[in-house]
Amino acid sequence: MNEINNLIGGFGVALTLPNLGFMLIGIVLGVLIGVLPGLGGANGVAILLPLTFSMNPTSAIIMLSCIYWGALFGGAITSILFNIPGEPWSVATTFDGYPMAQQGRAAQALTAAFTSSFVGAIFAVLLITFLAPLLARFALKFGPAEFFAVQLLTFCSFVGMSKEPPAKTIAAMMLGFALAAVGMDTVTGTLRMTYGQTELLKGFGFLIAVIGLFGIGEILLTMEEGLAFKGKSARINFKVVWQTWGELITHWRLFLRSVVVGCWMGITPGGATPASFMSYGMARRMSKNPDDFGKGRIEGVIAPETAAHAAGTAALLPMLTLGIPGSPTAAVLLGGLLIWGLQPGPMLFIEQKDFVWGLIASMYIGNIVGLIVVLTTVPWWAAILRIPFSIIGPVIIVVCAIGAYTVNNSMFDVTMMMVFGVMGYLFKKLRYPMAPMVLALVLGDMAESSFRQAMLGSQGSLSVFWSNPLVGSITALALVMLLWPLWGVAKSMARRRESRGAAA
Amino acid sequence: MSKPVAESPPVGTRVPELVVALLLMGLAVLVIVDSIRVGTGWGDEGPRSGYFPFYIGLALLVSSGWVAGKQLWGWRRDDPAFAQRAQLASVWAVLWPSAVYVLAIAYTGIYLASLVLIAYFMFRHGKHGLLLTGGVAAGVPLTFFLVFERWFLVPLPKGPIEAMLGF
Repeated sequence: MNEINNLIGGFGVALTLPNLGFMLIGIVLGVLIGVLPGLGGANGVAILLPLTFSMNPTSAIIMLSCIYWGALFGGAITSILFNIPGEPWSVATTFDGYPMAQQGRAAQALTAAFTSSFVGAIFAVLLITFLAPLLARFALKFGPAEFFAVQLLTFCSFVGMSKEPPAKTIAAMMLGFALAAVGMDTVTGTLRMTYGQTELLKGFGFLIAVIGLFGIGEILLTMEEGLAFKGKSARINFKVVWQTWGELITHWRLFLRSVVVGCWMGITPGGATPASFMSYGMARRMSKNPDDFGKGRIEGVIAPETAAHAAGTAALLPMLTLGIPGSPTAAVLLGGLLIWGLQPGPMLFIEQKDFVWGLIASMYIGNIVGLIVVLTTVPWWAAILRIPFSIIGPVIIVVCAIGAYTVNNSMFDVTMMMVFGVMGYLFKKLRYPMAPMVLALVLGDMAESSFRQAMLGSQGSLSVFWSNPLVGSITALALVMLLWPLWGVAKSMARRRESRGAAA
Repeated sequence: MSKPVAESPPVGTRVPELVVALLLMGLAVLVIVDSIRVGTGWGDEGPRSGYFPFYIGLALLVSSGWVAGKQLWGWRRDDPAFAQRAQLASVWAVLWPSAVYVLAIAYTGIYLASLVLIAYFMFRHGKHGLLLTGGVAAGVPLTFFLVFERWFLVPLPKGPIEAMLGF
């Protein structure tokens, strides 16, 4: 049980007083980010990343990952009390959470949501604890061809699994790759696609893109919806928590199902948002009285929250072991690792043991701290939401501008942030998915260099991606995912022909 | 939470769809042209710099071309609503001050620009009193100054006023 020993060592790293302090700061900031419109997990972490450049990497990642947990917790507060999903993954929580709050059961709904998030996260962390070392050991055998195949699989799954039109998914993804390619070519040192602009030498920073797309874009969307915050207030006392926990235990099967859905969607880059919808849909379909859903069933809160938090946490598994993040926020964390000089991937588990296990241990502690913090401080967060948008809005724009500037101390970045903001608004309205674009922007250089290395090894023959059973099966799976939408088209065409035949 | 009654018909999706798709196609062409310039084939030490981006540009061109083509193909079909005009007006009401704000930072520094931005919003859209507006508009930049410049030692853009105060 090597993992257990490593984990105990990790607790030794995480359980120091400064690190506990950073955890608490991270959770509080995270909940704040989760509660405020326009600030979310991904851009919240992106904005705060520059502040951690001078910290030691272990403390920095502990604080940043805690921001992530906090944001996951915080999204539930606004969904239940205000019927406003603070985060996309808490949309499904509003379906039953808000009706519960209207019926005066806000405290139960919140307790159920927080506890479910906690359970989802803990199971996902357990999965990481035991699966990550195995996966990392396995991935040590990977060559460039295998790495590129895994990256191909990641991106093809977006095409196969996203709800957005495949052409738009591909376009968004390719835009990400194209933006990542701008500037100095890391392999040969050639300048490309700069068209003589000196600002473009270092390319487009993905942190800037994240802040613009998710921050400014979200502000514009919020403005369009003309939000007026009218919410329920809630105070949670210990008796309600205790009673709700008693009720929750009877739903253990639902918990397990949602955890499985969440972990699966987190590891494959489905992400937290589809996981929450899928889990909600499953809970409704498998319920004895599905018509009660949407009217304030506690199951309708448990299912999406457990799955979202499990997915959000499990997204870190491929990020740590393969260097391929499962969600935009994980992508930002990966960017942080690169900036601190840590190369994510299998070698991380050998060379940076303290770091990896400190992080994993902090996931356990961070989620416990998070649960306690949110259960005790709900009324304050609800009060923050009552601050009018005419105050919060400009302050968030200022925060985004500061965040964009501090990445490279460059004014050009702040301008680009506005451009990405408008793009984020248009993309959201026109249903271009943003997650694959951000991932492509982060992974672009890595994917390109592994592709070129693989090509170099095979003298330019694509057959290297079928050269052994491992890489061959990953590539085949990727192609299946890429062509998956065609299957749907074929099915609907066949159905149309059938119905036409029946009519004639 | 959209406005229930709209005086004029909503703006359709078709034009924004086309504009975005055409912009993407334009970017794709830029990527392809420059990839060809730096070379898409094999050099002395393996694939040249344009090898990978060339295909990326090609895929971007095809996929955004597909999106644009689909819009043109179904020109006579119903045009689903993109947004109500009143909604676009409120988006514009945030967009232009933010754009001006970003441009102003380069000249006035971030603190003064932030003060004006917050004050403008609170006064114009929130109709808050002078005291609250002034307090928040001055307090927020001051807080950021203390947190960034003093606590974390991260310098933010400063203008003539800060220079006058000796920073």
